[in-house]
Amino acid sequence: MTAAKGKLIRGSTGDWEVVIGLEVHAQVTSNSKLFSGASTAFGGEPNSHVSLVDAAMPGMLPVINEECVRQAVRTGLGLNAQINRRSVFDRKNYFYPDLPQGYQISQYKSPIVGEGEIVVELEGGKTATVGIERLHLEQDAGKSLHDQRPEVSFVDLNRSGVALMEIVSKPDLRDAEQAKAYVTKLRSILRYLGTCDGDMEKGNLRADVNVSVRRPGGPLGTRCEIKNMNSINFIGQAIEYEARRQVEIIEDGGTIEQETRLFDPNKGETRSMRTKEEAHDYRYFPDPDLLPLEFSEAYVEKLKAELPELPDQKKARFMSELGLSPYDAGVLVAERESADFYETVLENLAHKVRDGKLAANWVINELFGRLNKEGRDISASPVSAPQLAAIVDLIGEGTISGKIAKDLFEIVWTGGGDPRALVEARGMKQVTDLSAIEKAVDDIISANPDKVAQVKAKPAAIQWFVGQVMKSSGGKANPQAVNDLLKSKLGI
Amino acid sequence: MTDLTSLTLAEARTGLANKTFTSLELTDAHLKAIAAARALNAFVLETPDQARTMARDADAKIVKGQGGPLAGIPLGIKDLFATKGVRTTACSKILDNFVPTYESTVTSQIWRDGAVMLGKLNNDEFAMGSSNETSCFGPVANPWRREGSNTTLVPGGSSGGSASAVAALLCMGATATDTGGSIRQPAAFTATVGMKPTYGRCSRWGIVAFASSLDQAGPIGRTVRDASILMRSMAGHDPKDTTSVDREVPDFEAAIGKSVKGMKIGLPKEYRLDGMPAEIEKLWSEGAAWLKAAGAELVEISLPHTKYALPAYYIVAPAEASSNLARYDGVRYGLRVPGRSIGELYEHTRGQGFGAEVRRRVMIGTYVLSAGYYDAYYLRAQKVRTLIKKDFEDCFAKGVTAILTPATPSAAFGIGEKGADPVEMYLNDIFTVTVNMAGLPGIAVPAGKDAQGLPLGLQLIGRPFDEETLFSLGEVIEQAAGRFTPPKWW
Repeated sequence: MTAAKGKLIRGSTGDWEVVIGLEVHAQVTSNSKLFSGASTAFGGEPNSHVSLVDAAMPGMLPVINEECVRQAVRTGLGLNAQINRRSVFDRKNYFYPDLPQGYQISQYKSPIVGEGEIVVELEGGKTATVGIERLHLEQDAGKSLHDQRPEVSFVDLNRSGVALMEIVSKPDLRDAEQAKAYVTKLRSILRYLGTCDGDMEKGNLRADVNVSVRRPGGPLGTRCEIKNMNSINFIGQAIEYEARRQVEIIEDGGTIEQETRLFDPNKGETRSMRTKEEAHDYRYFPDPDLLPLEFSEAYVEKLKAELPELPDQKKARFMSELGLSPYDAGVLVAERESADFYETVLENLAHKVRDGKLAANWVINELFGRLNKEGRDISASPVSAPQLAAIVDLIGEGTISGKIAKDLFEIVWTGGGDPRALVEARGMKQVTDLSAIEKAVDDIISANPDKVAQVKAKPAAIQWFVGQVMKSSGGKANPQAVNDLLKSKLGI
Repeated sequence: MTDLTSLTLAEARTGLANKTFTSLELTDAHLKAIAAARALNAFVLETPDQARTMARDADAKIVKGQGGPLAGIPLGIKDLFATKGVRTTACSKILDNFVPTYESTVTSQIWRDGAVMLGKLNNDEFAMGSSNETSCFGPVANPWRREGSNTTLVPGGSSGGSASAVAALLCMGATATDTGGSIRQPAAFTATVGMKPTYGRCSRWGIVAFASSLDQAGPIGRTVRDASILMRSMAGHDPKDTTSVDREVPDFEAAIGKSVKGMKIGLPKEYRLDGMPAEIEKLWSEGAAWLKAAGAELVEISLPHTKYALPAYYIVAPAEASSNLARYDGVRYGLRVPGRSIGELYEHTRGQGFGAEVRRRVMIGTYVLSAGYYDAYYLRAQKVRTLIKKDFEDCFAKGVTAILTPATPSAAFGIGEKGADPVEMYLNDIFTVTVNMAGLPGIAVPAGKDAQGLPLGLQLIGRPFDEETLFSLGEVIEQAAGRFTPPKWW
């Protein structure tokens, strides 16, 4: 697989290509931890979700949480990846106060999920395929609190032992945009699967970003790892900064030291955290407390069959079944909630295939536009999916015009209510009764002989008449009917 | 009334059931014996109040006919087992005054069955040792002495307290653990019966871990029957330990007295060591003759990878231990020796909290798992382990029912006699480690005495989960050899 071309960096000695690989840590959606029954709920008093196992009391043993295994397998399937029916848990040994066992249980040589790939959306409707190297299950650590009192540190073990999926990409990404698009897409897939809530603010999805630079197509450079990024925008900024930093060092005759770096969002820079010499020797070895993890092909097949529709499949379906443009379909499926909203609108439509595209326009332009403007989330939309469907139905069946529909949308947005009932009650119905329209047409023609003369010479001037008729009908006349009637009366 | 402490567990069970005496009387007799035997240093914590409360409860249940299989039987608990509300230290300074809020699965099962806890028994620190000399509470004395000598001998280890207490009639039986011989070697040194069951037979939950892939709990009893009775209560699948095996627990006691006729008993030629004392050699032959007399067939077998077992064991066990003991860091419980940084806190706490032998093994374990050494040491040791396992499988596949070997290469030695060279100490486990490496059951049964009057034991190794055959064979040896009780000097 060849990586998509990325934006090159122009240095003083020529162009440079950036090579990026990501290790995304995604907290598994489950009620309890990877190896203990303690709750995974966010928040809570420090050390309130800690079992004897999480606190590494003497003689405590880990027991695998089957739900976390299920979620990892489902994620692997969603990433089109190889599922390893036999995997092994290893101990990664190091000392830190927020690591009670003195080792993290992880998977080293035999991960639960092997190679896979996902398609990411780039600017201008382009796509790129990004390889997945592996996915493995591991325990999260606790949290050290150094800012409570000057002379001591505290440890909160609520997160200790929570299940994480580490998803490692191949070094297939070539610029910040691609990296951002990759995390966006990965996050979307995880959220569709319901295997990780993707909440980056809470740290439930975070990424370590490996960055190196080289001459386009040349041998790989030395990489630096930027740890613990919890915002897609910061990932972009950090890559931009880090790549420039590396180019400058090399162009100044220096060499890149392999090291771990941290991104400072306030300064927009990365800085060194520890060098290779300071790296731990983790002394990985198979955890003797846990047997190798094994499951059957039937187990995998069952999970595969139960997998929900994922964004790529949904996008294709929207395009083929409803005739949506790739762009519109892409916008709708990007977030699971948007797609779900649109799907609910579709379910409530009287004529799904006829009006599906119209509904997409309304969801994207009117609803998303308005939500964005007001900084609201789709879950807090004042107009519900059934309400929006009713508005689209009214347009589709010709009961109201598009213009009236916008007014109706405004009324529903502000005051709620059943759109169809509102149209009745407020007399917003489009007038298709020809006799009623004819009267208005006749009146306007007879009152404006000069305009009639004009339109005979220049047929486009008919729009003035249309406007006048619409105005006199309070916008309720059917524009097509008005147009037809005027044409016949004016003889054009 | 005869001295209640001289009864076997099985006899006491009958006496209690027949209401010849109460559990409280039986318990008090043992508490008195414990108080009089502090010179042995077998108990690191006596729990007389708890013992009497449990005894009264047991008596009440016995009266109502609701007593369990161990109702009213006073036992000692190796200090490696977490006991709820009762200090548990693994005989390490680093656990300090640690009091668990939980009860190990094995001990909770024996309490479920009505047993009475007399207290916590001494052991080598974190079960690392073969003489019980590495305990932070000091060494345990073997109730046996050489004839005409006042030299204090070790009871073996790591379950030295368990073996010494059972041999000295301080408790009717004891829980113990065995990682490389820690049940069988002390049993052999004290003329008690020690059973190391198949790996996975007993839950490890709540037992302070030494080397997870080798550790197994098991009983030390006064007789083979006593051990079989204890075994039934200690065994069983536990969902909290995924390495415990979901198999029905048989009535081990029912195996006692079963005919061993036609059983094929293997005598591994690799266990005939150069320079092995003639007495051990003789004991082994005697044991074989007794089994033959009982109708068993004896065959010479080969376990070709035996010689690699001890070196491989001393890589695997320390490797796992170095990781298992990482949790003792002074942060959450146990000893904390402050420092100016977290690094210093670790160094001070672990430097002062762990004894020399534990530190040695943590360092060996860390070394063999290090980048660049892993393949040469740990990985190779695991391969050896697979070969050792295969040696046994090949023999069993050829119809061998069980294997008879000496339990130890010598009788008990004096305190301080083998302190200088750790390898000399490690050689004590030469006949026992293979069993742990292969995950098999093994029993040590007293079989005779050496020229100085010290007890010697034989070991029987069985097929996976065939402890019953070992109890049957063990009882044949016991019947032939008789029982051995040390003269009281303490």
